[in-house]
Amino acid sequence: MSRWWTVVRKELLDNARDHRTLASALLFGPLFGPIMFAVLISVVISQTVADVDSPLELPVIGAEHAPNLIAFLERNGVRVKDGPADLAEAREAVRSGREDVVLLIEPTYGERFVQGLPARVQLVQDQSAQRAARNVNRARSVLNAYSGQMRAMRLQARGVSPQLLQPIVIDDIDVSTATGRASLLLGMMTYFLLAAMLMGGLYLSIDATAGERERGSLEPLLTLPVSRSTLLLGKIAATCCYMLLSLAITLLAFSVALSFVSLEALGMSANFGPRVVVVGFALMAPFVLLGAALMTLVASFTKTYKEAQTYVGVLIVVPTLPILFAAFLSVKPTAALMTIPSLSQHLLMTALIRNEPIDVNFVAISVVSTLVIGALVTWLATLFYRREGLMG
Amino acid sequence: MIEVQGISKRFGRVEAVRSVSFTARDGRITGLLGPNGAGKSTTLRVLYTVLRPDQGSARIGGHDVRKDALAVRRAMGALPHGAGLYPQLTARENIAYYGRLHGLTGAALNRRVDGIIDMLEIGEFAQRRTKGFSQGQRTRVALARALVHDPQHVLLDEPTNGLDVMATRALRQLILRLKSEGRCVLLSSHVMQEVAALCDEIVIVAHGQVAATGTPDELRQRFAESDLEEVFVRAITAVASRT
Repeated sequence: MSRWWTVVRKELLDNARDHRTLASALLFGPLFGPIMFAVLISVVISQTVADVDSPLELPVIGAEHAPNLIAFLERNGVRVKDGPADLAEAREAVRSGREDVVLLIEPTYGERFVQGLPARVQLVQDQSAQRAARNVNRARSVLNAYSGQMRAMRLQARGVSPQLLQPIVIDDIDVSTATGRASLLLGMMTYFLLAAMLMGGLYLSIDATAGERERGSLEPLLTLPVSRSTLLLGKIAATCCYMLLSLAITLLAFSVALSFVSLEALGMSANFGPRVVVVGFALMAPFVLLGAALMTLVASFTKTYKEAQTYVGVLIVVPTLPILFAAFLSVKPTAALMTIPSLSQHLLMTALIRNEPIDVNFVAISVVSTLVIGALVTWLATLFYRREGLMG
Repeated sequence: MIEVQGISKRFGRVEAVRSVSFTARDGRITGLLGPNGAGKSTTLRVLYTVLRPDQGSARIGGHDVRKDALAVRRAMGALPHGAGLYPQLTARENIAYYGRLHGLTGAALNRRVDGIIDMLEIGEFAQRRTKGFSQGQRTRVALARALVHDPQHVLLDEPTNGLDVMATRALRQLILRLKSEGRCVLLSSHVMQEVAALCDEIVIVAHGQVAATGTPDELRQRFAESDLEEVFVRAITAVASRT
């Protein structure tokens, strides 16, 4: 026990003095997720919320040719403003992103309108600009509405029912709510938590295995009266410490970052207070043993630091796969799913953030299953550490 | 005392060590002399229990390397070839880490660490991190680390490799001091002059086998050569012709 603790302390101290390890474990890993998350959510909010409420600003060229149309636009929440001088300038304005959309009314508009011929307007737009798509659609639908109104009036003037021209009616029912979008974002949050946690232990696990061998400090270490299992368990425990620290920092960073973002605007309850931080830590923590053991096992297979970095880097993606799976299939928590590490943490964490009730049995299954699998992988790693080929 | 009886070790199809036997006594320096790839390191690795022999047995201080590896490790201090330090730890911390893993604690640990730092004249750089140490400084710290638990048996694999003249000289004096303290020192080298200058007993190894053993004088007599280098060459070629 005391030797095991000696190894843990040495690995913690050794890695704490390495600024690269420390920065990646406790700074970049834990802070990257929350900051990106906050920025992402702010952008989503500003897009969804602001666009609906604000009137559409529509630059119009040749407004004098169609006073009735302009009046209709203004009645329907469009703020008409003077547009660029001509089509060429309008193209340039849209291409450069200064305007989302420009309406150009041709001089022949009035004449053709009176004769009952299709009167032409041009809608200058950039279809590759995602951001502008919404405003383009709004402009188009107002124009369509005007066109439909005129059509109906003309038909009625000739004694024909406008309904004849509308064999079917399509009602769009849009169920994509802000909450739906938010739940996708929530899935990403557990992803960041897991990734930051693994990143926290990444360098230590490599340094303690492949690094130790590459430096030539492994062989003398193995001549000491300490069993190899004790050495390895010490290294895994030290990795766990870093991962727990990284997890705690990430949760706190999320809590702070999200306090600056108004999640209510997305229909999400801004539920990331101290309770979520504490309970979330308890829910995620069991995964640490499994992550540390996996990384150590893989890193002790490799011969050099670089090789280990490559393999363990790939390994970090693996625990996030069940989360992707869950996001695409939008699975509901069941007892069976709670036996799958990372997926169970994801489902419980998501429920926690959504302020949904959490089934205590589910938590128990998740914790026990994850710890058992973690212990199994740890045992495998110690078996592996005992083989002679370890010396390389 | 280190007793080696017919140990063999193969890696896949390569037979690195074939039935090697020799004895290294207390209060003497025994040298494993042989060209590169002769099996010196493999023999030492079996002795400091990093590798298990396929056949044969070896005892250090009466403990069997196969049956009681932990007792063997307690009874000896090893300096493997190219032994590395922890660059982020100071020299003292490197030494103390090994002391703790040997079960030393508290005041006893501090006494031993201070003692070994004095003995190897590390004091000047004991509080510095070992990153950027010279090869001579690194070897001294690695040796101090191996001696921190005051072992009766000391195993050194090519200890003077990469050392300059002054560092080599200092290391030789230290090895002689270990001998005068009655310890059993076993070292390997491919440099004939070094072994001749230092060792009481020479074990010439070639192609994984023992080619000849004896004191320098005995070897000279047996081969009827006054020059040890000639003895070395003839012993090695004799083994090569046998295989």
